[in-house]
Amino acid sequence: MVGPAHFLALSAALFFIGAAGVATRRNIVVIFMSVELMLNAANLAFVAVARGLGTMEGQVIVFFVMTLAAAEAAVGLAVILAMFRNRQTMDAGEISLLKW
Amino acid sequence: MSELVFYLMAAVTVLCALGVITRPNPVHSALFLVMTLFMLAVFYVILEAHLVAALQIIVYAGAVMVLFLFVITLLNLKGDPDEPAHPLLRIVAYAVAATLAAGVAIVLMGDAGAVSGGAGAGAVLAEGFGGTRALARMLFTDYLVAFELTSMLLLVAVVGAVVLAQREPVAEAPLAENGEDA
Repeated sequence: MVGPAHFLALSAALFFIGAAGVATRRNIVVIFMSVELMLNAANLAFVAVARGLGTMEGQVIVFFVMTLAAAEAAVGLAVILAMFRNRQTMDAGEISLLKW
Repeated sequence: MSELVFYLMAAVTVLCALGVITRPNPVHSALFLVMTLFMLAVFYVILEAHLVAALQIIVYAGAVMVLFLFVITLLNLKGDPDEPAHPLLRIVAYAVAATLAAGVAIVLMGDAGAVSGGAGAGAVLAEGFGGTRALARMLFTDYLVAFELTSMLLLVAVVGAVVLAQREPVAEAPLAENGEDA
C-alpha cells in the first residue's frame, strides 16, 4: 500500500540530490537548478502531508512556494545575466569578492 | 496504486534528478529537470492535488524552465567553465547527501502514522479535494493577506529583474531628484 510516507521518502531523496548538486557543481545556472529541485522536493512533502491529513493547507502553501520560486527564478537569472556581463564567467568559484 | 508502479516512477524521478546534477552540459541538466518536474506533477495527481499538478506543469515546466533555457542559450554556456569540484570532494558530497537522505527518509517513514490518518493511504477526502474551487476558497478567505503579499512579491521581482538585467547602468540623476521615494 502506497501511503504518504513513500512520497515523503521520495521527497527526502530529491531534496538531498538537490543539496548535493549545490555542493558539487561550479556552474551557477546548474546550482540554481539544484535549488529549484530542493524547492520541488519540499512541495512534494507538503502535498503528501495534505493528502495524508485530508486538509488543503499543504496545497495552499505549495501555491505560495511556486509563486516564490517563479519570482526567485526571475531575479536570480537577472543576477546571473548581470554577473555574466561584468565578469564573463559562470563559475561560482570566480565570484569571490565577498569571500575572506 | 500498486507499489510496483510507484517504485518505478520514483526510480525514474530520482534518476532524472541525478541527471540534473551530473550532466556536464547545462542544457541536458535543464531537460532532466523538466522531466523531474513532470514526474512530480504526476505524483501530485496521484495525491489528489489536481490544481497544483496543473500549476506545476504550466508554471514550472513551462514558464520557469523556458526562462532557464533562455538564459543558458543567451549566454552560450559550454559545460562547467573549468575543472568541476575535485572528484574526491564530489564523492564525499554524494555520500553525505545519500546518508542524510536515508536518515530523513527513515525518520519520515517512521512517523508515517501521524500523517496518514491511520488508514495507510491517507484520510478520507472531502468532495472536491484539491480542485480549483476548494483551493481558491482558501486562498481568498483564510490566506487573503498572504495572497495579496504574493502579488507584491511578484511586482518587486519583476521590477528587480528588469533593473538587474538592463544593459546600461541606471542613470543616477533622476533617482537623486526623487529622493527617498524610489
